[in-house]
Amino acid sequence: MSTPTTQAPPAADAAPRRGTASGFLSGPAGRNAGLVIALVILCVVGIATAGDRFASTDNLLTILRLAAVTGVVSVGMTFVIIGGGIDLSVGALVALSSVWATTLATQALAEDTHWILMAGTALLVGGVAGLVNGVVIAYGKLVAFIATLAMLAAARGLAEIIANRRTQIVQDQDFLRFFSGSPLGVPTLVWIFALVAVLGWVLLNRTTFGRRTFAVGGNAEAARLAGIRVQRHTVALYVLSGVTCGIAAVMLMARTTTGSSTHGTLLELDAIAAVVIGGTLLIGGRGTIVGTVLGVLIFTALSNVFTLNNLSSSAQAVAKGVIIVAAVLLQQRVAAGRRQRRSPKAVPPTAAEGGPAGASPGVPAP
Amino acid sequence: MSGALLEMQGIVKTFPGVRALGGVDLDVRAGEVHCLLGQNGAGKSTLIKVLAGAHQPDEGEIRWQGETVRLTDPQAAMRLGIATIYQELDLVAGLSVADNVFLGRERSRFGLSRPAAAQRATADLLARLGHPEIRPGTEVGALSAASQQMVSMARALSQDARLIVMDEPSAVLDNEEVERLFHVVRDLTADGVAVVYISHRLEEIRQVGDRITVIKDGRTVATGLPARETATREVIALMTGRTIEYVFPQRTERAATTAAPLLEVDHVTVPGHVEDVSFTVAPGEILGLAGLVGSGRSEVLEAVYGARRPTTGEVRVDGKRLRPGDVASAVAAGVGLAPEERKSQALLLGDPIYRNITLSSLGRFARGGFLSVRGEKAAAREQTEALDLRPVDVDREVRTLSGGNQQKVVLARWLLRECRVLLLDEPTRGVDVGARSEIYALIRALADRGVAVVVVSSEIPEVLGLADRVLVLAEGRVLADRPAGALDEHQVLDLVMQGTTTPTSEDDAA
Repeated sequence: MSTPTTQAPPAADAAPRRGTASGFLSGPAGRNAGLVIALVILCVVGIATAGDRFASTDNLLTILRLAAVTGVVSVGMTFVIIGGGIDLSVGALVALSSVWATTLATQALAEDTHWILMAGTALLVGGVAGLVNGVVIAYGKLVAFIATLAMLAAARGLAEIIANRRTQIVQDQDFLRFFSGSPLGVPTLVWIFALVAVLGWVLLNRTTFGRRTFAVGGNAEAARLAGIRVQRHTVALYVLSGVTCGIAAVMLMARTTTGSSTHGTLLELDAIAAVVIGGTLLIGGRGTIVGTVLGVLIFTALSNVFTLNNLSSSAQAVAKGVIIVAAVLLQQRVAAGRRQRRSPKAVPPTAAEGGPAGASPGVPAP
Repeated sequence: MSGALLEMQGIVKTFPGVRALGGVDLDVRAGEVHCLLGQNGAGKSTLIKVLAGAHQPDEGEIRWQGETVRLTDPQAAMRLGIATIYQELDLVAGLSVADNVFLGRERSRFGLSRPAAAQRATADLLARLGHPEIRPGTEVGALSAASQQMVSMARALSQDARLIVMDEPSAVLDNEEVERLFHVVRDLTADGVAVVYISHRLEEIRQVGDRITVIKDGRTVATGLPARETATREVIALMTGRTIEYVFPQRTERAATTAAPLLEVDHVTVPGHVEDVSFTVAPGEILGLAGLVGSGRSEVLEAVYGARRPTTGEVRVDGKRLRPGDVASAVAAGVGLAPEERKSQALLLGDPIYRNITLSSLGRFARGGFLSVRGEKAAAREQTEALDLRPVDVDREVRTLSGGNQQKVVLARWLLRECRVLLLDEPTRGVDVGARSEIYALIRALADRGVAVVVVSSEIPEVLGLADRVLVLAEGRVLADRPAGALDEHQVLDLVMQGTTTPTSEDDAA
């Protein structure tokens, strides 16, 4: 259905109009439509193979509940990636936050006051760790990949030290009761995910913060010269990601009734995968929360369908890998289509002085 | 012309919105060093990419030894014997010298590589280049820039290159290394190899060059000039001079500068670029900065704007000192910069026009951090209409606009911001001739509204035509500060040359 729409010829502008032929899938709405289609296909497969076991309300709520933790972290990850960074430490930060919030000291304090203190501790720990990430990256000029890889190792190690490698049980019954509830028939964890996603969407699309995130990730130099405090903004993005890890830690504490240094293992990969298949460009500057949410749902629905059909988790992993590659291939084709329109402009005479190494004279025809 | 190894005629290359080459002619003879001169952005790089087969020309003809050829890809150019040595060398740092020389054509027998054979062949090539001290087994990353260049040359020779294009080879070399490079170039040409040599440094061209082609605004403005006999002044005039008469707006008669200066730059030094520069700009005044590449003209703007941190000196706007090295505080004080590299330094190319325009004024459209996109678009539309920016559709991606309209987007950003000091670095680079006059009129209109404007341009007529007052810079110093009316192009050229070139009496006598 990718009919190139004929547009009125440009008035006096020399530039040719952007071709619409690459079509429907290239727009953000189109990409999300692609994800919705993928999700629908998954559901159809689910119904076809597992019937009512898949299509029951209970099962759908299970899918959503399982998606919630990864989803919250993925929303924070979306901001970081749109801003031109990456956060590999999210899984470890979830573990550290969960452990810190369930130490005997924190739990005792919470018992004396209110369980909200436990949740607050988790958020604070996540936020502070994110602050460290951000400062090291923005002011220490470390590559985000390395800085957050270091945080991954350090945070999980610290979590192990604090917990002494033991699983810490959440004692506070009010805490557990609150998070295990189902207002309006929907689990609290799912409400939290929905709330975080909506807030994330608003923050990204309706505020100056979101606009600056796109600008910083799209062209950091232009953003800086436009007067945006790029370093400060970068720090804020990692703090945001850290706070979402804190939220995810609280949700995991509620779901498993424990705090543990093994929580969130490999969560960073799930989150990055969800963000990427959601259409966010890893180079930054482009991305949507809706795409990320759909990405998370696709992965969760996939494992659900596999589980209902008694397929091994190994088979799930293979399918996941295939989906990631397929999604990124699609993304690249879209990006290439965009580059085709752009590439001549990316090499204007001014920017072209000093040519890229691409046109190598050293590779002759055989 | 008979005997030409390479002839390029009427080469045209258009990118969306920009005509990079608008008819370039170049002819190169076997055994000569042909110098290609032109300012940044004149189209040199595009031209050598056409020659290397990396870009396809839209129009024009390329003849190689009298026969029309099409360089459809880099391999086609290499097969003919055209090798290009780029500014950023394309060597693999982790491989040995010999591996790099034969990269993609590894010597092998029965599928096994033959490093010894490759090393011997490499040693021969390097010896021929007069650099036997470079050992074929050394890792390229460990070599100096000069030696790496030699490895690139050896690679070119190993492919039997008949024409070697060198893009500013001297930029990374010291004097002695340049001497040795020239030695190699002379040896090569003695063997009948042609060299196309690109450099900003006129004195080098005199030493090594045979003939000169000058290009400007994507056109050949002079070709076949004898390298040694052509006067420096003539060459610079060709590079910087006017080719088309632009319409400059009428200067506004202002009551003699009684107004307190709006922008004060006080003894600013950026080591290596700007030496103790001071000047003031009054509201409504346009100050032009003239100078050659490397004179520090862009760096002065960047220091004022906080994009570069000066070691000494201060910048004041309306009497208030700006925090050095802090762009955000300069913007807050009402300073705006339209940088030289518009696409990489100013614009979010994939974003719509309105977002680019409101980027520096987001706070105005936000309440409690929440943006009113409708308000943004309305304000952006107001600006695009005022500037006659086309298309008027503010949702269009900026990358689809022409150079002139992209520049208007940048100007609109600062107009919306109501900035009081506007710094413009090469405001008409990549802007079509027709749109230039519009940009000039716009700058003057801004000044008339009381904005203090500083314009940097490598085109001397532009500075003289647009500015009220002109500062001539060379090697980071202010050589002259005069009303624009009191200077003509020749005087500026003379001043400019005192700085970066050392004109000798023979130059001008020729």
